[in-house]
Amino acid sequence: MDVRELYQELILDHGRRPRNFRFPDGANQSAEGKNPLCGDHVIVKAVLHDGVVEDVGFQGSGCAICTAAASTMTEVVKGKSRGEVDAIFHTFHDVVTGKVPPDLEELGKLAAFAGLSEFPMRVKCATLAWHTLEAALDHKPEAVTTE
Amino acid sequence: MTATARTTEPRPRFDVGRVRRDFPALSQDVHEHPLVYLDSAATALKPQAVIDAVVQSMSRDSANVSRGVHTLSQRATLAFEAAREKVARFLNAREAAEVVFVRGTTEALNLVANVLGSTRLGTDDEVLITELEHHSNLVPWQMACERTGARLIVAPVTEAGEVTVDAVADKLSKRTKIVAIAHVSNTLGTVLPVKQIAELAHERGAVVVVDGAQAAPHLPVDVQDLDVDFYAASGHKVYGPTGIGVLYGRREIFAELPPWQGGGSMIHSVSFEKTTYKGLPERFEAGTPDISGAIGFGAAIDYLAGFDRDALAAHEHDVLTYGMHALQSVPGLRLIGRAPEKVGVISFVVEGIHPHDLGTLLDGKGVAIRTGHHCTQPLMQRYSVPATARASLGMYNTREDIDRLIDALHAAKELFR
Repeated sequence: MDVRELYQELILDHGRRPRNFRFPDGANQSAEGKNPLCGDHVIVKAVLHDGVVEDVGFQGSGCAICTAAASTMTEVVKGKSRGEVDAIFHTFHDVVTGKVPPDLEELGKLAAFAGLSEFPMRVKCATLAWHTLEAALDHKPEAVTTE
Repeated sequence: MTATARTTEPRPRFDVGRVRRDFPALSQDVHEHPLVYLDSAATALKPQAVIDAVVQSMSRDSANVSRGVHTLSQRATLAFEAAREKVARFLNAREAAEVVFVRGTTEALNLVANVLGSTRLGTDDEVLITELEHHSNLVPWQMACERTGARLIVAPVTEAGEVTVDAVADKLSKRTKIVAIAHVSNTLGTVLPVKQIAELAHERGAVVVVDGAQAAPHLPVDVQDLDVDFYAASGHKVYGPTGIGVLYGRREIFAELPPWQGGGSMIHSVSFEKTTYKGLPERFEAGTPDISGAIGFGAAIDYLAGFDRDALAAHEHDVLTYGMHALQSVPGLRLIGRAPEKVGVISFVVEGIHPHDLGTLLDGKGVAIRTGHHCTQPLMQRYSVPATARASLGMYNTREDIDRLIDALHAAKELFR
């Protein structure tokens, strides 16, 4: 597979100009994620009310895959319940590891990451923000790693 | 020989085309491009002669060493001890017994940090390292300090990536018991003034330990001339197999140190009441060693010995300088580590492209480089970068490889524009 299929326009765009690259006001959930191997680092903060992610944002630094994954994640999970977030991450994880083919309808823009299944060394870049979000929602503020 | 005769003699030529044919890994395509391998500082490719030696050891002379009297065991033992002799000559050790086989540089440094730490370090003693050390020459000393109450002292690196003799002298004190330094930085390629540092350290009565992992493939190593007490190196960085390395130790110090791991091979006699240990080198070689690895290591040294080291160094220097100049011309590229004395390594960052994206994009063009912190996290902090891209050279690299790297960099920049 050509690497250009991995670096699709959507990923390049979100990598350059990440959305929700800020901490939301009134955030009551927070966690830090690090990938010591490559230096990727994100902090995810969310407003969780009655089991629903009302707002979420992140800050940090990382490669284009890491930043774009965090950016698209914040867009996708906003307004979702805790259970829905789990389900989306589960599907996303299966797609980027090549376990299931991407379902565009189910994944929306997250399907842009499907090319990662050909680059197993880079999967952890895309899952760091997700693991960090899960830790935040699970009240586990200690740093998570995806090494 | 007269001076006139000397100048008319043909200079020994380094035929890189012939060398490239010795390395089977080079004749493959990656992502439909001929492989450009620029990651020899991580591990060097292996010439056919090394592969053949390992195959021969496993297929014909497959026996344990120093244990049996049968023919295969004898062959294996002779080949293994011949490899020790080769490594001893490679480092110019006084005798082969000063050469202990280990898994690699990391194990060598852990061994010496353990046994030196337990005998030489006490509360408020100091271990002096430098800011550019690989984690393998940092963490074992930190652990030794934690066990003994000693302190880890760090000599700084200049912006260009140098460790000056003065910077080390400033940090030496009467409490310095061990000075542990790299001979060549794995991240920056800087050659450290080991001989001068060793002299200063010895004046203070400190033991000098050198991480030679990155120096051994590029520089002639002479432990007697450098006058160091311990020198660690890995087989796989000098075109040999992974899993084998060497710890050289000066006999007067090494032979007096207590064993590290206990087990077979390293004992003189064993009873439930009391065990006595062998001397060098077996004292530090518990268990069955990596026999075929050591033999492959020896074959790699034989392979290197087939070249005129000056001609080889001149070739490597040419590709390195060409690469430094070519990379400098790429807009938005910053070289990390520009010491005048450097070998084998070019580290850089490109504005707007994270090193990991760069690594994947270059791989897409068949160009293999290393990206990350290179096991030197404090050095990354020193230069305020999370990671760097690192192109590192072996004897088989050419100016054409650098051109392919530059082309791939331009393509990556185009995509990330």
